Amino acid sequence: MAIFIDENTRLVVQGITGRDGSFHTTQMIDYGTQVVAGVTPGKSGQSFAGPKGEKVPIFNSMDAAVAATSANTSVIYVPPAFAAGAIMEAADAGIRLIVAITEGVPVLDMARVHAFARDKGARVLGPNCPGLISPGKCKVGILPGQIVTQGPVGVISRSGTLTYEAVYHLTNAEIGQTTCVGIGGDPLIGTTFVDCLEAFARDPETKAVVMIGEIGGTDEQEAASYVREHVRLPVVGFIAGQTAPPDRRMGHAGAIISGSAGTAVEKMAAFEAAGIQVAKRPAEIAELVAAELDR
Amino acid sequence: MDIHEYQAKVLLRKAGIPVPPGEVAETPAEAEAIAKKLGGTVVVKAQVHAGGRGKAGGVQLAKTAAEARDHTSKILGMEIKGLVVQSVLVTHAEEIATEAYLGVLVDRKLQAPLFMASPAGGIDIEEVARSTPEKLRKLRVDPRYGLLPHQAYWIADFLYDDPDQIKQGAHIAERLWRVFIDAGASMVEINPLITTPSGEVKAIDAKLSVDDNELFRHLEIADMRDTTAEPPAEMLAREANLSYVKLDGTVGCCVNGAGLAMATMDLVSFYGGEPANFLDIGGSSNPDKVVTALEIITADANVKVILFNIFGGITRCDDVAKGIIEAMQRIDIKVPIVIRLTGTNEDAALEILKEAGCAAYTSMDDVVKKAVDLAGAA
Repeated sequence: MAIFIDENTRLVVQGITGRDGSFHTTQMIDYGTQVVAGVTPGKSGQSFAGPKGEKVPIFNSMDAAVAATSANTSVIYVPPAFAAGAIMEAADAGIRLIVAITEGVPVLDMARVHAFARDKGARVLGPNCPGLISPGKCKVGILPGQIVTQGPVGVISRSGTLTYEAVYHLTNAEIGQTTCVGIGGDPLIGTTFVDCLEAFARDPETKAVVMIGEIGGTDEQEAASYVREHVRLPVVGFIAGQTAPPDRRMGHAGAIISGSAGTAVEKMAAFEAAGIQVAKRPAEIAELVAAELDR
Repeated sequence: MDIHEYQAKVLLRKAGIPVPPGEVAETPAEAEAIAKKLGGTVVVKAQVHAGGRGKAGGVQLAKTAAEARDHTSKILGMEIKGLVVQSVLVTHAEEIATEAYLGVLVDRKLQAPLFMASPAGGIDIEEVARSTPEKLRKLRVDPRYGLLPHQAYWIADFLYDDPDQIKQGAHIAERLWRVFIDAGASMVEINPLITTPSGEVKAIDAKLSVDDNELFRHLEIADMRDTTAEPPAEMLAREANLSYVKLDGTVGCCVNGAGLAMATMDLVSFYGGEPANFLDIGGSSNPDKVVTALEIITADANVKVILFNIFGGITRCDDVAKGIIEAMQRIDIKVPIVIRLTGTNEDAALEILKEAGCAAYTSMDDVVKKAVDLAGAA
């Protein structure tokens, strides 16, 4: 099993003809993801050539793409100015999971988008996220397929390359993953740690969870309360940004300590109080997971 | 991006919020002329992106234009929280009967704008929320409908008893919402929002931060950026689309990805060193980007060693290694460089780096320990 995406995922790529969209579509098809359609306004009737000669039909609109292909998931590679519109179009077309890779989407756009998507019953992952991957089954987004392997650990992270680092250590220690989810580095994200924890707790194959957080906001603190009250699985945590100065944005739009709120120390303390094992170094994440699984 | 008080006040005034007259000055003579034009008592206020200006002596009352000039010459060049004052706002001094707070920000947890009002103005709103939460009224605004008239009235009703002041307050709340949306702000506040003895409601201080992601559609606000308020290295980085934050340590860090960059800084500190910066060079192997990154890092005289930490996912390590070597050939670097590359094609990358005579590692712990050692020995 896995969460959010698996072999039944039927994916539409929004912005399939762009530079990033076409590059990652090839990577996703290569990994085995069923890419059933692409959308680029004005290019209906054309098709996208996959790595082994696959032909992915392109449509003008999400509505047409879903009607023709019964797609259930979409991934968004359109520029920031158009990302909000693309997400709402996908939600309107009945897509259940919308993965927004785009970085730089205006925050007030996302406030409207999240409200809209909630009303439509769609789940948004991101924006400003690397997507997700269920090893051996499906990948949606930009996570590198070659560093993951199938196994019992669920991974949730606000970061991209730091996730790769953690997963790489897990894979090298022969600890595979059910699903790795990059929830994104923006201040307003559609899917939180708690949403992922809920899904992993219901997944019979997930035996442990890794949460990789960072400074800014209170998502990790809420996740800690949720773990304490609802999660029976062992959880290992890591927080990036202990040396970050206050009131400075550390790359991610959401990685900012505002006044005295959102520090790494406060998040690590919340994790520890909830019984979450906190790794002090990225490499220690895999060591702690190994110890938990051996119990 | 933060804008200055005088710039925020221009936006408020345009939106129809009463703001006392005032202008910005960059020299004592300009300040004197503005004070003369305004007449009466004026306030001279340092324009820096920092709180606590009053405590630092950056806000002074001047009864005459000559006094305004003298205060300005003292305030210009003053350092407030590490920022040098380059300009002052000279504005009409108001008589104050009451002080309130009015603000809007994007609340992460609510995923929506949050309107806040307090009759306890003039103090930090976080302090009010902590010590006297009963003096704070909060309202989640549905971003699809905006602030509705009855909501604006409900907010003002919390601040004032006098019906006319409630009406003025509601009008200001509605206008403040417009400013927030039209500027693409992440935060705007009026603190304090005063009443004068004759019962007028006015904004005498204002703060506004714009969401960087909105700047492309608000060019008039993007133009308000004060580049003198920004360290030159950070400006260079921004223009090259690199994320850079200067810190005080000696280990220069060059990392791909924001999360890994923070984790690298933390690991430097874990092994007893001090990071000189946060720097995310992003996912590309483009040598131009690496050159700019190296120029920015080496411009910091504190840097004793440069540490690359690259995880090659989609970007292949061998491409990144080639980019780093090309960059190193194009710029003269006097401090040692240690490089860690892990991920796709890491073996090929290590070969390339070794051939070029670089110290290359695959473990993040090993490379950080080495960098800390080198920084300590230098």
